Amino acid sequence: MSTVRIPPVLRPAVGGARELSVEGATVGEVLESIYSDHPEVRAQLVTDGGELHRFVNIYLNDEDVRMLDWLDTPVEDRDTLLILPAMAGGASASPAHP
Amino acid sequence: MSLNIPAPLARDLVDHAERDFPNECCGMIGGRDGVAEVVYRATNIEASPFMYVIDPREQLRIMDEIDDAGLDLLAIYHSHTRSVAYPSRTDVELAFFPQVHYLIISLAERETPDLRAFRIARTTPPEDGITEVPVVVND
Repeated sequence: MSTVRIPPVLRPAVGGARELSVEGATVGEVLESIYSDHPEVRAQLVTDGGELHRFVNIYLNDEDVRMLDWLDTPVEDRDTLLILPAMAGGASASPAHP
Repeated sequence: MSLNIPAPLARDLVDHAERDFPNECCGMIGGRDGVAEVVYRATNIEASPFMYVIDPREQLRIMDEIDDAGLDLLAIYHSHTRSVAYPSRTDVELAFFPQVHYLIISLAERETPDLRAFRIARTTPPEDGITEVPVVVND
């Protein structure tokens, strides 16, 4: 079982938990397990196309999994995963309203 | 409910926007009960006039600092250097923090910077997810 740290923004979607103990041999399996128990997390992190949003960062023991094997990165017992949605935006597109 | 910002902190926010001009600045505001207490400047890893992304490592560190100080994350701020202080489509698409205020500092009129705050939910169409929260600057 790995430990997944839940940031405050996602806690309402998991019943308020700060951490979850989750089964899964890879980062992708751990996420799927969380989505299955807490479907609202999927709604917040996954795009309409079914991909993990590219502005959501996942750290395995403080290492960005994009620098490892992304969702195929193996997860061992007692590893810690952190889910961290980015703080991002900007004026790039036209205003949503004048 | 309003977002109350003491005047020195409001000046600090505008100063950050001006220092990072022409790129967008970004950071966080910690406080309590809707009153800003600390401005945490962050690095925009995009270093762009059109986009901001808070350095994820700094994001983690600042969120921990706010927590350790017994404060709440009141707002995520960024500047619009050429457009009004209103959320863009990108701002809505990337608003992962619906419980937090998004404060925008506009430098479109350089002599009269504008600060406006919003709650943003990621909705379609994007304008449906935007709720303005009055900003009160206290002397």
